[in-house]
Amino acid sequence: MFKATVIVRKRPKILDPQGKAVEQGAKHLGFNNVLKTRIGKYIEFFVDTNDREAADNEVRQYCEKLLVNPNIEDFEYKIEVVE
Amino acid sequence: MSIKFGVVVFPGSNCDHDAYYATKKILEYDSEFLWHKDTDIKNSDVIILPGGFSYGDYLRTGAIARFSPIMNSVIDFANKGGIVIGICNGFQILLEAGLLPGVLLKNISTKFICKDVYVKVESKNTIFTNSITHDVLKIPIAHGDGNYFASDDVLKELEDNDQIVFKYSSANGDISAEVNPNGSKLNIAGITNKNRNVLGMMPHPERATDPVLNKSDGANIFRSIANNLIK
Repeated sequence: MFKATVIVRKRPKILDPQGKAVEQGAKHLGFNNVLKTRIGKYIEFFVDTNDREAADNEVRQYCEKLLVNPNIEDFEYKIEVVE
Repeated sequence: MSIKFGVVVFPGSNCDHDAYYATKKILEYDSEFLWHKDTDIKNSDVIILPGGFSYGDYLRTGAIARFSPIMNSVIDFANKGGIVIGICNGFQILLEAGLLPGVLLKNISTKFICKDVYVKVESKNTIFTNSITHDVLKIPIAHGDGNYFASDDVLKELEDNDQIVFKYSSANGDISAEVNPNGSKLNIAGITNKNRNVLGMMPHPERATDPVLNKSDGANIFRSIANNLIK
């Protein structure tokens, strides 16, 4: 079995109003050095196979077909063996 | 002869009944709900993907609804030239399904916006608009993610192919940043595919059909479709 962790980021050119809004909160809290807040997604799941290549394949396709919109987002993932 | 609208019901759709009411009770066409887990489109002539928050807008708007069983039939229907109109969340689903290009981002203000807006009918070369006599329609919007975005190449293609159907405008049809409610590129409020049989739009025409509400500009779009189909 493998555990996969995926990070999805908005492309640098895509506006992130959510990040901007959260950063306003940071300023109100007095975190004046905080800048360029961007909000992405962290997704974790398990893949029930012992074949690393098959697991890798499935994770990548899951990302490409559902978890990520390639028009606006980039992603990276890693998989690790778990018992 | 009449025509039949099929209104898809996803979990979290909330304009399905409005679309049904507008097409059946106000405009008096045949209309039927299509459950998202079914694959039968029940001989519909026109399929409406209604507004709402399908699957709670989880992951991205429309991303999960796009894989509902009915969507295979809808995609098949569209690819064969069938008429599909996606309104608000329905537009988001069409983009996720790849039936239309681009993506709808969070409104630039981050606010959910619910108000009447004016849209200029930018192209009358579609069955959705070719019998509309007005140049500007007053139709409500109600969305948090209506900020249309596409790459410059895609935008150019949309313009070159006359695929931009509606643009946010002033009451007399002027297009400017001041009347752009959500930050959409080129003030885009609605587009078609290249084959011109699939329309996606953020404003809600079904909410502007009942004369009792003193606004009925949205009815023009449904009538235009019917005028093209009923020969």
